[in-house]
Amino acid sequence: MSNTTAEPGPRSPGNEETAAAVLQVDPSAEQPGSPVEAKAIVGRSPGQLAWLRLKRDRTARFSAIVLIITAIVALCAPLIEKITGTSPTDQFTSQLTDFAALPIGYLGGISGAHPLGLEPGLGRDILMQLVYGLRTSLLIAFAAALISTTIGVLVGVVGGYARGWLDSMISWIIDLTLAFPFLIFALAAIPVVENRFFNARDNIPASFRVGMIIATFAIFNWTNTARLVRGQVISLREREFVEAARASGAGTGHILLRQLLPNIWAPVLVTVSLNVPAFITAEAALAFVNIGVTEPTPDLGRMIFNSIQYLSADPMYTFIPGVTIFLLVLAFNLFGDSLRDALDPKSSR
Amino acid sequence: MLRFVIRRLLLAVTTLFAISIITFVLFFAVPSSPATVMCGKNCNPTQIAQVEHRLGLDQPLIDQYGTFVKGIFAGRTIGEGDFARECPAPCLGYSFRTDEPVLDIIKRTLPVTVSIVIGSAILWLLIGVSLGMASALKKGTIFDRLAIGTSLVGASLQVYFFGLVLLLIFVYSTGWLTAPSYTPFTQNPGQWAYGLILPWITLGFLNSALYARLSRAQMLETLSEDFVRTARAKGLPKTKVYTRHALRAAITPIVTIAGLDIGAALGGTVITETIFGLQGLGKASVQAVEDLNLPIVLATVLLAATFIVAMNIIVDLLYAVIDPRVRLG
Repeated sequence: MSNTTAEPGPRSPGNEETAAAVLQVDPSAEQPGSPVEAKAIVGRSPGQLAWLRLKRDRTARFSAIVLIITAIVALCAPLIEKITGTSPTDQFTSQLTDFAALPIGYLGGISGAHPLGLEPGLGRDILMQLVYGLRTSLLIAFAAALISTTIGVLVGVVGGYARGWLDSMISWIIDLTLAFPFLIFALAAIPVVENRFFNARDNIPASFRVGMIIATFAIFNWTNTARLVRGQVISLREREFVEAARASGAGTGHILLRQLLPNIWAPVLVTVSLNVPAFITAEAALAFVNIGVTEPTPDLGRMIFNSIQYLSADPMYTFIPGVTIFLLVLAFNLFGDSLRDALDPKSSR
Repeated sequence: MLRFVIRRLLLAVTTLFAISIITFVLFFAVPSSPATVMCGKNCNPTQIAQVEHRLGLDQPLIDQYGTFVKGIFAGRTIGEGDFARECPAPCLGYSFRTDEPVLDIIKRTLPVTVSIVIGSAILWLLIGVSLGMASALKKGTIFDRLAIGTSLVGASLQVYFFGLVLLLIFVYSTGWLTAPSYTPFTQNPGQWAYGLILPWITLGFLNSALYARLSRAQMLETLSEDFVRTARAKGLPKTKVYTRHALRAAITPIVTIAGLDIGAALGGTVITETIFGLQGLGKASVQAVEDLNLPIVLATVLLAATFIVAMNIIVDLLYAVIDPRVRLG
């Protein structure tokens, strides 16, 4: 089964929405803020309408810009490293106090060379840690959201359409997964799997741990999407268009992927947009139980966890990564809200 | 009704069995034996074998699982010879590390977690739901916008960041509060509340935000439904329409989510306990996984799962009480 149908872009599903016929494709709809679009009466697919509403929403524009800038900063981390000439692992221990290893200067050692100060203890540049930490965070959150949504949509569609024992089985597995205490399971499972692949003396590459975290998130978080999709499919499966497809000899695969799936992409897209910030939060929380991303890969959650012991002496070390995660999650939540309003104009603000 | 309850209970039992088996298998997939960890660095293989034998780890996996299940329902004798002791009916075994009965560990740590959850749940349900409902009724006013803004901020904050900020402000900088600690409620209710006030505020505020957003959306959706218009059209006073008709319908999905959230939180508020240094169930289970302390891991995982499964059933039963459209069957 193809994955591409599971994650439609904001615009692409427009041509799949056969129920609301596209009378005429309006080229001006593609240009932002075009004044002529109000005059001519044009038919637009729900996908195009949602895109238009999203473009008009100031909050959506603002949060999208913030997110795009963050993504660019994260992607260009090596470039920023070149420009500033500071690597995230460089230790500036000469700029720490001898006794407590706290950064010298005000606000955690903020200076021209280190705009966000230095880490107490190791003396690493916080800005570079932050930039690389964002990359870790976003990579894990997006990958986990993509994988768990794909699994959730496929399982949900099958469960909702199947009825009988298959549906009961899927529902039971969903309940089982939901009843499992996630953190404890992750805590037990991650070392087990790592021990299967590596010896105790091996240096486990950071990418492997990142992959493990993504996998754990995916295993535990497809359930919400699956439940949602299952419910949607159950409410759709008796509708006439499904019956018509069946009557004209369509196979199950066609009905599931071509008939039902295009009708449920809107709520799925909203869950994706809300899953990403949830994963960012959860990924950072893993550092608090020692199963987060390992040193020396920079990680926002680990920064906060490490900062606890310096909380009263150097609060900036807590605040900088904390505020970063907060703003990132806030931007995602704002964008997610706008996206929901754009996709479902009945949901009121 | 009775058939529904019985069916759900049977399903819940199978779920719990599956979870205990998965935990068991997962735990034994760990390459390093708990005996090695316990025995220390200077242990020779004979000593390790002795420890394994004493803990019953040299038995086949199925036998060990059977013993564990039997212990829960009928009790069992642990150890042999001079070390033998009776472990009465809900027997969860003894800690590999300290030899303390697991049941005692749970009795010690569970009240901490339950206290954290109860206090914060009362806060978040009262504040969150009423704020959300009120802002739905006053949609578009300054009050509404303020509530939306606050709840958006709260819903985007993280426990580990907000908790640390509160700790910094109230404990380290101003010294208005002492660091959170747990005093049993039966011993001194005032001290109990004083020691837990920061975790309550942290969890309470963050969840209030989520519940305010949720209940506002629910209430707005309900208010636009036909039965509310009908109720108004037939001349009912506004307050009666809101409380008797709209509130009842809007609160149903919130009950579901609250039930599941509380169930999940009772299984251990790991991050909160870590930040505030409270020795609750979450911390105990995290510690147990790190120590390869199987009896505690099994007990805490099962307990956490039981809370979730039980809350699921309770929520479904509550549904039938709150929402007259729901028929159990």
